[in-house]
Amino acid sequence: MSKLILTRRGLLKAGVAGGAVLAAPMHFIRGAHAAEYLNQPMGSTVKFGFNVPQTGPYAAEGKDELLAQQLAVEHLNGEGDGGMINTFSSKHLKGNGVLGKKVEFVSGDTQTKSDAARASARSMIEKDGVVMINGGSSSGVAIAVQGLCQEAGIIFMAGLTHSNDTTGKDKKANGFRHFFDAYMSGAALGPVLAKAYGKDRRFYMLTSDYTWGWTQAASMEKFLKAEGWQLVKDVRTPVGAGDFSSYITPVAGSGADVLILNHYGGDMINSLSQSVQFGLRDKMANGKNFEIVVPLYSELMAEGAGDNIKGVYGSMNWNWQLDNPATKAFVKSFGEKYGHPPSNSAQTCYAQVLLYADACERAGTFNPCGVVAALEDNTGSLDGINSPANKGFLFEGLGNGKTLYRSADHQCFKDVLVMKGKEKPTSKYDNLEIVQTTSVGKVWYEPDNDMFSGGDLGKCNSGA
Amino acid sequence: MGAAGCTNSCAEPGCGAGTLDTIILQILNGLDKGSAYALIALGLTLIFGTLGVVNFAHGALFMIGAFCAVTVQRLLNLSFVQIDPTRKDFLGNPLKVQVPYVDSWFGHDVGAVLISWSVPLAILLAIPVMFAIGVAMERGLIKHFYKRSHAEQILVTFGLAIVLQEIVKYFFGANPIHTAAPGTFSGSIDFGALIGLAPNVIIYPYWRMVYFLFSVVILGGVFAFLQFTTFGMVVRAGMNDRETVGLLGINIDRRFTIMFGIAAMVAGMAGVMYAPILAPSFHMGMDFLVLSFVVVVVGGMGSLPGAVLAGFVLGILQSFASMNQVKTVIPGIDQVVIYLVAIIILLTRPRGLMGRAGVMEE
Amino acid sequence: MLGLSKKDFGFLLFVTFLTLATPILVQPFPEGSALAQFNAGYPDLMQRFAIYGIFAIGFNLLFGLTGYLSFGHAAFLGVGSYSVVWMYKLLGYNVLPGLILAIVVSGLFGLVIGYISLRRSGIYFSILTLAFAQMSYNLAYSVFTPITNGETGQQVYASDPQILMGPNSPTSPHLFGLLMIDSVKVSVGGWVFTFNIGYYFTAIIAILAFYLSMRIFCSPFGLMLRAIKTNRTRLNYAGINTKPYMLAVFVISGMYAGLAGGLLVAMDPLAGAERMQWTASGEVVLMTILGGAGTLMGPVLGAGFIKYFENIFSKINETVLHQWFSWMPHQVNDALTAILKPFVGEGWHLTLGLLFVLVVVFLPGGIMEGIRRIANLIRLTGKPREGAEATETQAAE
Repeated sequence: MSKLILTRRGLLKAGVAGGAVLAAPMHFIRGAHAAEYLNQPMGSTVKFGFNVPQTGPYAAEGKDELLAQQLAVEHLNGEGDGGMINTFSSKHLKGNGVLGKKVEFVSGDTQTKSDAARASARSMIEKDGVVMINGGSSSGVAIAVQGLCQEAGIIFMAGLTHSNDTTGKDKKANGFRHFFDAYMSGAALGPVLAKAYGKDRRFYMLTSDYTWGWTQAASMEKFLKAEGWQLVKDVRTPVGAGDFSSYITPVAGSGADVLILNHYGGDMINSLSQSVQFGLRDKMANGKNFEIVVPLYSELMAEGAGDNIKGVYGSMNWNWQLDNPATKAFVKSFGEKYGHPPSNSAQTCYAQVLLYADACERAGTFNPCGVVAALEDNTGSLDGINSPANKGFLFEGLGNGKTLYRSADHQCFKDVLVMKGKEKPTSKYDNLEIVQTTSVGKVWYEPDNDMFSGGDLGKCNSGA
Repeated sequence: MGAAGCTNSCAEPGCGAGTLDTIILQILNGLDKGSAYALIALGLTLIFGTLGVVNFAHGALFMIGAFCAVTVQRLLNLSFVQIDPTRKDFLGNPLKVQVPYVDSWFGHDVGAVLISWSVPLAILLAIPVMFAIGVAMERGLIKHFYKRSHAEQILVTFGLAIVLQEIVKYFFGANPIHTAAPGTFSGSIDFGALIGLAPNVIIYPYWRMVYFLFSVVILGGVFAFLQFTTFGMVVRAGMNDRETVGLLGINIDRRFTIMFGIAAMVAGMAGVMYAPILAPSFHMGMDFLVLSFVVVVVGGMGSLPGAVLAGFVLGILQSFASMNQVKTVIPGIDQVVIYLVAIIILLTRPRGLMGRAGVMEE
Repeated sequence: MLGLSKKDFGFLLFVTFLTLATPILVQPFPEGSALAQFNAGYPDLMQRFAIYGIFAIGFNLLFGLTGYLSFGHAAFLGVGSYSVVWMYKLLGYNVLPGLILAIVVSGLFGLVIGYISLRRSGIYFSILTLAFAQMSYNLAYSVFTPITNGETGQQVYASDPQILMGPNSPTSPHLFGLLMIDSVKVSVGGWVFTFNIGYYFTAIIAILAFYLSMRIFCSPFGLMLRAIKTNRTRLNYAGINTKPYMLAVFVISGMYAGLAGGLLVAMDPLAGAERMQWTASGEVVLMTILGGAGTLMGPVLGAGFIKYFENIFSKINETVLHQWFSWMPHQVNDALTAILKPFVGEGWHLTLGLLFVLVVVFLPGGIMEGIRRIANLIRLTGKPREGAEATETQAAE
C-alpha cells in the first residue's frame, strides 16, 4: 500500500525541472519545414546511400558494385585520376564534390531480399540522412526500394535490375534506370540466336520465380516465337535453390533442343554447371546439337561457371573489352585500384552516381524534383528513331556510346551487347567475347508497349 | 527423333524419353538427395538415441564438413606469383601468373591431379577434424544439458549452430564457394546404356552416383560397427538402458562421447562429398537441418534403420513430386510434400515408421 | 485498478511512461557527437522496438507460461502482413480494416495449426510447428504467388481498386487521416528528438498488448497454463482437459504475431515472403530467451536488445573501430581493432549467438534474471526490503 504524498518540496522540484525544459531553446521541425526537401544537406557534405547485396545469391555482384561506387565518390571528390568524369560528355563535374559539398557515403546490405533491402534503405534515409540511394542486384529489391524512395521523397538511381517492370509497370518518378531491360535483351538475342541455331528450334525455359524471371521469360518467348521457334515449357524455380537437378532432369526427355536459363548470379552458376553435368551440352535432340542460352549474364558469373560458359550466348549492358575511350579510362581506373576489370554491374552503378551528381550540378540543387527535371531534360534525342517518345537527356562518354535517358519512363536507351562464351580464353577475365553490338534502334520500344504498361510515373516527390 | 507432333507432355513414343526413363532419372535423383538426408538423420538419431539430446547444431556439422573440402582445395591451390613477360594482363602490364606451390614442388602434372582430387583428399582432413569438433562440443557444452529439458537443448544447440555458422562466414565470406569434383568424375555416365535401355537418354552425373555409393558404404560401416564390435554392442545396450550399463561398471559416458564424435564425423563426411554437388555456403547447414529433423521424426526418433529408410523414402518422394507430370495435377506439391508427409505421420503414427512403441509417444 | 493489483498497476504505469518517452530515452547522445551513431531514435527502429515487442510478448505467452516451444510463429507474421497489404489494395490506406483482418485471419490460421500441432507435445510439437512454418513459406513463395507475389513481395499498385479512397485521401498508411510517416522533430540544445506518429500508434497498441498479457499472467487462465507447464500428466489424472487451454493460448499467441505482422506493413506497405521463413521464428525465440521467458518485461527487453544490435551494432565497421581507438598507440589500435572486428559490423550475428549460448547456459532467466541478481547483490549490501521477498514469492500465489 502506498500513498502519493505531495509535498511542497516535491512540487517545487518538479516545477523547476519542468520550467527548465520549457525554457531551453528549441524549435520545431515539422516534417521538413526548415528544409525545403527531405534530408537537405545543410553542412559542407552530402551523403549518398549505397544499398547493395552483401549476402545472398547475388552477393558477388554487390561487392563489385560497392567498389565502383566508392571509386565514383573518390572521383567526384577530386581524388584519383578522374575516371569517366574526363570522358563524360556533360562537363559540369569539376572534382570538388557536388555543388561544392564533399560527397560521403553509407552502405547497407539488402541480403537480396525485399524486406531487408527496404529496412536498410529506411535506416539510411531516416538515420543517416542520405539524398540518393543507388545499387542493388535484384529487380524485386529494386522495385521495393524504388517504391520506398518515391514515398519518402528521395531519388533512387537503380543498380543492376533487368526486369521490364522497374521502368514499366512499377515505374516511379523518383526512380531512374541506366541498366538495360529484358525486352532489349530479347530483341537483341532473337535474331542472333536464329542466325546461329536456325529457325526450327524448340526451347525449354527454367525461370527464376520473381518479377525479373517472369519478364525475361516473357520477352524471350515473344522474340523467339517471332523467329519461328516453339516453346515447349516454362518452369519456375525458386531463387537461391542451389540444387537444380530435379528441374534439369525433365528437360532431356521433353522434346526440346534449346535450354534457356533465366537465372542470375549464384543460381545461374549452379544451374548452368549442373545442366552441363547432366550431359545436356553433349546431347543431340531432334537431329540437332542441344544448346544452352543464358540471356543475361555478367563477367563474374562467367568466371564462376568456368568452362561451362564456353559457347553460351547471352547479352550484357557493357563489357570491359569494348573499344571506346570511356571504357578504357574506367577499366584503367578500376583495374589499377582493385586489380581486376570492372563487371557490368560495377559500370552501371558508377555511371548512375556520375549521372546523378551531374544532374544535381545542372539543376543547381539536390531537390529531387529539380534532379528529375534535369534528367528528363527533353532536349536530346537519338538519331534514326522516329517517335514522339524519343526525347530526354542525351549523353555519351560513360562507356556505352550515345545514350538517351528517356523522359517518358526514366529508362536509358543504348546499344546492347550480344556476347558468347569464348572457346579459348587467354586469361581469367576474357571468358566472354562480343559477338555483336545491336544498335539501339533495333531494341527500341514505345512507352505504352504492353510489356511495360500498367504503371504511371506519377509526380516527383521531394519529401516536403 | 521426329520433332513433328511433339507437344508438352512426353508420352508419345519417339519424343526423346518415355515415362519409364523419367521415372528412373527421378529415382536416381531421389537416391542422391536421400543419401544426404539419411547420413545427417543417422547422426541425429545416434545422438538422440545415445545421449537423449536434440542437436540443432547437426546441420552446422554438415556445413563444416563441406568447408573442410573448401579448405583443402584452397590449401592445395596456395600459389605464389610469377611474372610472365611474354603475356599481358587486361591493363597491358606483364601478366602475373599464379603458380600453385604443389605444381612447383611436384611438377605440373602431379600438382594438377592433386588439385583436381582435393575433395576426396579432404576426407582425410575431415575425419580427425570433425571427430575432434564433435568431442569438443560434447564435452564442452552438451554434457551440461543431459538433465535439462528438450526445449533448452534445442535452444543451446541452436545458438551453437548460429555461432559456428558465423565463424565460417567470417573466414570464408558470405558467397557460395564453387568446389569442383575430381576431373575423372566430373562428367556423366549413360545410365540407360548401363542397364540395357536406350542409350543417350538417361544421363546422370558421375559424381552424384559416386556420392550415393559413398553414403551406402558409410551407412554400412556405421551399422557394421554397431553390430559387430564390442564397443558397438555396449553403445546399443546403453541406448536401450543407460543406467543398467552404468551399474555394470562400464564407463558409458566416455563411449557416448566417442559416439558423438562419430556422429559428427558422419555428418562431416556427408558434407565433404556433397561440396561438388551444392556449392558450400555458410547457411547450408540450416537449410538441411529442417529437412533432417523431419526425416528423423518420420523414421522414428531413436531408430537407426528408420532414419536411413525415411531419408531415402523422403528423398525419392520429393524427387517424384517435382516431376512435371505430377506438378500439373497438384501445383506446388514438390515444395510441401515432405512436410505434409511428416505432419500425417506425426499425427497418425508418432513413433515414426520404425520407432519403438512407447518411445516419446505423448 | 483496471483489474490489476496496486503493484502491477504501478508497473504498468512505469512501462507506459518508458514507452511514451522512448524517443527521448534512446537518443542520449547529442547530434553530431562522436557517439551519435549509437542513437536509436529514428522512426524505423523505434517502430521495430514496439512491433517486435508485441511479437515477443505473444510468443512469451505460449513459451513462457506453458513451455511449448513453437518455431512456427513466423507464419502468423506473414499472414498478418499479407492481410494488411490486401486491405490497402482493396479498400485504401487506412490501417484499421487491415489490422482487424490480420488479427482475425491469424487467429483462424492459429486455430488450424494449433489444433493439429497440439496433438503432440515436446519436441514433436516443435517439429510440427517448424514443418508448418516452412510449408507456409514455400506455399507463399511459389504456389500462392497471385496472393503473395512470391519473392518480389506484395505492394500496392496504381491499378488496384482501393474503393474507399477518394481524390484527397492520403497515399500512404494512415489512421483516419493521421499519416504514419509524419514526424515532429524537436531540437533541444544539441539533441534532436523525433516524435513519430507511426511510432506512437504502435506504442499504444504495444501498451495495450502488454496490459493484456499482464491480465493473462495474473488470471486463473494463466495459472492453469503454468500448471500445464509443471506437470501435464498430473493435471490429466486430476480429470482436467488441458487441450482447450493450450489451444486458446496458442491462438492468442498467434493473434499477437499476426498483429505484429500487420503493424509491420502499417509502417511500411510491402510484405515480402522472407518474413515467413522459420529463421524469423528463431529470431523471436532468441528475443524471448535473451530477455527472460516467463516474465512480463523480459521479451520486450529482449526484442529491443536484438533490434538495437541488428541496426546499430551492425553499423560499426573497421573505420569506426579505428576512430574509437585513435587515441592509443598505432599498434595497440590495430591489434584491438583486429580482435574486435569479427564481433562487430557484419559479425554481429556471431556476438548474438555467443551471447545467446552464454545466456542459456549460465543465465536461463535471461536479462530479467540478470537484473534480479544484480538487484539482489545491491540489496545485500544495503537495507533489505520486503519488496524483494514479495517479488520472489508472488509466483506461488
